[in-house]
Amino acid sequence: MFDFLDGYDVLGAFWKTIQLTFFSAVGSLIWGTLLAAMRVSPVPLMRGFGTVYVNVVRNIPLSVIIVFTSLGLADVFSVTMGAGGDVATLAFRLSVLGLTAYTSAFVCEAVRSGINTVHLGQAEAARAIGLNFFQVLTLIVLPQAFRAVIGPLANVLIALTKNTTVAAAIGVAEAAYLMKKMIENEAQTILIGLVFAFGFVVLTLPMGLFLNWLGKRLAVKR
Amino acid sequence: MTHVSVAKDSVPAADELVVLSSVNKHFGALHVLQDIDLTITRGEVLVVIGPSGSGKSTLCRTINRLETIDSGSITIDGKALPAEGKALARLRADVGMVFQSFNLFAHKTVLENVTLGQLKVRRTDKKAAEKKARELLDRVGVASQADKYPAQLSGGQQQRVAIARALAMGPKVMLFDEPTSALDPEMINEVLEVMQQLARDGMTMVVVTHEMGFARSAANRVVFMADGRIVEEATPDQFFSNPRSDRAKDFLSKILHH
Repeated sequence: MFDFLDGYDVLGAFWKTIQLTFFSAVGSLIWGTLLAAMRVSPVPLMRGFGTVYVNVVRNIPLSVIIVFTSLGLADVFSVTMGAGGDVATLAFRLSVLGLTAYTSAFVCEAVRSGINTVHLGQAEAARAIGLNFFQVLTLIVLPQAFRAVIGPLANVLIALTKNTTVAAAIGVAEAAYLMKKMIENEAQTILIGLVFAFGFVVLTLPMGLFLNWLGKRLAVKR
Repeated sequence: MTHVSVAKDSVPAADELVVLSSVNKHFGALHVLQDIDLTITRGEVLVVIGPSGSGKSTLCRTINRLETIDSGSITIDGKALPAEGKALARLRADVGMVFQSFNLFAHKTVLENVTLGQLKVRRTDKKAAEKKARELLDRVGVASQADKYPAQLSGGQQQRVAIARALAMGPKVMLFDEPTSALDPEMINEVLEVMQQLARDGMTMVVVTHEMGFARSAANRVVFMADGRIVEEATPDQFFSNPRSDRAKDFLSKILHH
């Protein structure tokens, strides 16, 4: 029944999906948190940059961003991302860049809403014992903010996992790319669709369950 | 006197710890602090009382610049309050603050609350910081709660931990912003006792409170505020038995006779 899978590296394609997700998740958690820090900073220029970035990037379709990294950054501005002319590596790295840039805007807003849940008195008490802005943020505010938004961040990560399929548009050989190829060559289109749908559920379902569990476990009692 | 004293305004007297002069602050159209002049000497316990909205909490919060001021000056130990950055953080470390709502760090244990400032601001080594923290927790009577989280403690216990957290920095002056106002009645005394002890040990304290008993027994001086102004300054005896201003008489008649 599953003969149509012969000759196709489905696991390899999903491995590519996992790699895209992993690197983009790490990148967007870091960049998104920095953006959130900018959006609550006392420096107007940083606040302005954070606000403009988030509102511009989250309103552009991801496919436009991914295609821009390839046609714009790589072809027009000759950005090589250190890939040394290897087309597949270049496409992969550009996709991670685009996914990170896009997902960061959503991470930023999730983290910022978490920061808003932290009682103002926490930051005041931290300032009152002599901690500086950076210490107040990293030692007191962000640890509590992250605990409050693990649920929303799980949503963002699940969306990211599925959004990696857009990387197929610039030729990254991940799951959706292989699916399209198989649908062109094989007859069992519905089964092929189900196999890939199942593959994504296998990736994202444990992620969501784990993060929900973690969120409950780490919740700050007030 | 064996030596000639120098001009008084060029060198601050050695015992003047906190000096506010002509301090003004607005919240929008509201003039919350109007030409406040106040000097707190080393070792003094100053109690600030007054009706709600009189500016007493704001006054307290300007001393470590949790509230900025519009004009005037505040000096602590002869140094003007810095506006921003490292210098301000360093100054705040020398000024202990206890809040109405305790504000213990919710994600850290009691012990971590008391060691954090020592480790991150004073750069004390971990062992010494924990030793000092346990001594202070013992002093305020919550040593057995060291490994719990703030939410597991009663309000009175939390406030005593907050006092220990402030003391851990070795402050020159302690600010208390209505420390007992959020407490259940039966927990007020355990906090006041810690504060009484602190006063007896010679800590310089500025206490904003509605606890007239504490003002009577622990204060060296009472400042009565109304509508953003200091209306009256007196010893507790003078103030409670013989207030001079009508505003203070009115206030005292409302809270003392019922």
